Amino acid sequence: MSDPIIQVRGLKTQFGDHVVHENLDLDIYRGETIGVIGPSGCGKSVLLSEIVGLLTPTAGSVTVFGEALSELSDRDRQAIERRWSVMFQDGALFSNLTVRENVMVPMKEHTNFSHDLMHDLADLKISLSGLPLNAADKKPSELSGGMRKRAAMARALALDPELVFLDEPTAGLDPITAGRFDSLVRELSRLLGLTVFLVTHDLDTLKATCDRIAVLGDKRVKYTGTLEEVSRIDDPWVQEYFGGPRGRSVVG
Amino acid sequence: MDNQNGEAVLHVEGDWTVKTVGALEREIRRARFERAPQLVDVSALGAVDTAGAFLIHTMLEDGGIEADKTYQLIGEHAQAKALLELVSGRERQEKVVASQPLSIIDLLARVGKGSVHFMDEAVGTLSFIGEAMLTTFKLLLQPHKIRWTSVFAVMEEAGLDALPIVSFLSFFVGMVIAFIGATMLQQTLGATVFTVELVGWAVMREFGVVLTGILLAGRTNSSFTAQIGSMKMRQEIDAMRTLGIDPIEALVTPRILAMLIMTPLLAFGATLSGLLGGLMISWVALDISPILFITRIQDIVIIQNFWVGMSKAPVFAVVVAMIACRQGLLVQGDVQSLGKATTASVVHAIFLIIVVDAIFAMMYMELGI
Repeated sequence: MSDPIIQVRGLKTQFGDHVVHENLDLDIYRGETIGVIGPSGCGKSVLLSEIVGLLTPTAGSVTVFGEALSELSDRDRQAIERRWSVMFQDGALFSNLTVRENVMVPMKEHTNFSHDLMHDLADLKISLSGLPLNAADKKPSELSGGMRKRAAMARALALDPELVFLDEPTAGLDPITAGRFDSLVRELSRLLGLTVFLVTHDLDTLKATCDRIAVLGDKRVKYTGTLEEVSRIDDPWVQEYFGGPRGRSVVG
Repeated sequence: MDNQNGEAVLHVEGDWTVKTVGALEREIRRARFERAPQLVDVSALGAVDTAGAFLIHTMLEDGGIEADKTYQLIGEHAQAKALLELVSGRERQEKVVASQPLSIIDLLARVGKGSVHFMDEAVGTLSFIGEAMLTTFKLLLQPHKIRWTSVFAVMEEAGLDALPIVSFLSFFVGMVIAFIGATMLQQTLGATVFTVELVGWAVMREFGVVLTGILLAGRTNSSFTAQIGSMKMRQEIDAMRTLGIDPIEALVTPRILAMLIMTPLLAFGATLSGLLGGLMISWVALDISPILFITRIQDIVIIQNFWVGMSKAPVFAVVVAMIACRQGLLVQGDVQSLGKATTASVVHAIFLIIVVDAIFAMMYMELGI
């Protein structure tokens, strides 16, 4: 636990007059699965965007793999970006490509694999993420929401990243699929030593996958700890979150 | 490979990850074993990920391990066993190479498909025009049901905002006509004063309105199609239908009405600035004073020409708005269809504007106007 893979220090985000984060600190350690929760609109997805460099924070620093992203040259940045992948909330698959081609995109960009190997590896990732292989030749618009999510997961895993960012991976999935997704995340993080940054509202996902939970609120990370620790914290929002009928069944 | 107690052992060494296996791939694919290995030694294996594990597995599978025979791992490695288990046992789909035989039948099939598609498209367009017209007329009888907010929004965005560029273009075309006309008239008749008539006729009858039409086809068509198309992509149109809102009423009619109001005004602006361009050139280069220019326009280029030009504007307006909305509603779920629809929208609109203009020209010629 001594090796922080992501270090966020004194982060401030401001859109116009609206301050989203102020003095936000967060450490994420290698190999752990961290779940980020918080009320709607507290800036969970914004935090994710800032860590992966899609948004530039107003102030503060983000260090990933020990490198401050804002100080890197484009080349070094790309090398770092290869080591992580992001699965967006709506999948963000390229709609003019089939699922298999979508999974092959990162391989085409960053490896010198032959087409056959990319094809086979893409099929492997697709079946790993729980999609039937006949979905591989379909366009994203022909898939259901849950299948699109799994296809997005397959693309996120294409290059065997060290760090995966998942934005609401189980939202909108049926409980069975969501459960499979959780065990997939768990299995992969165990097998590949994957570090997972998870933004979620799904209590079952939190319980099934996360080693640690970070609660966002009041523009900063209010608490971090295991599910058990966090659920015992005396905070109105946390109590409502875990104390509701859905929360109680998870915390037990 | 070596033998150990009579059993073939495969030693896998070094790092097998996405970064490294690319270089080995071809050799691995070609590798064949004399004897299928029963043991795989992973003790010297470095870092490994699914890509590496997959290649090790394929190598063993392609290299002679029979389906029912499995290999055993020897040596200690943290992830190798689990990863190899993960990648094995996954079904491998046979690659189907799509073959396209070039035969007469194929050609005929394509022609047939194309014709049917063309027919469908024509029927679809006609029924859309009918539906849109009907809805618009119905709404005109109940003006309180028209969505005036969006009518005015479209009028501003597609009409008023287009005025500078339309006038600018027309101004320059007026100048060009005056220049070319003057040169030719000087050479053939020796009388540059007829430039005024040339500019007046050309700008009033044709260029003012046709330039407006073509510019709207480029500017407004693409934006209407993209707007409606992306609404279709994001299921907003479906949402409207389920909320009991008729998309034609909410999206198409306001656009048609706004264009019907704005296109004649734009064409008027274009005509004026075209004449102004002609006037400038006549004044600067040909020594025809503005007063003379205006008097000649008033006296000789009869007002009929102006009305001939303006009469086309509403027709162009309907062409532009109808095609744009129809193509927008044709967009499917993927980005490519949005691009296709936008292109088709602009191309069809420009094409139709020219065709309609030619029809008008013939009609007016027959009528002697």
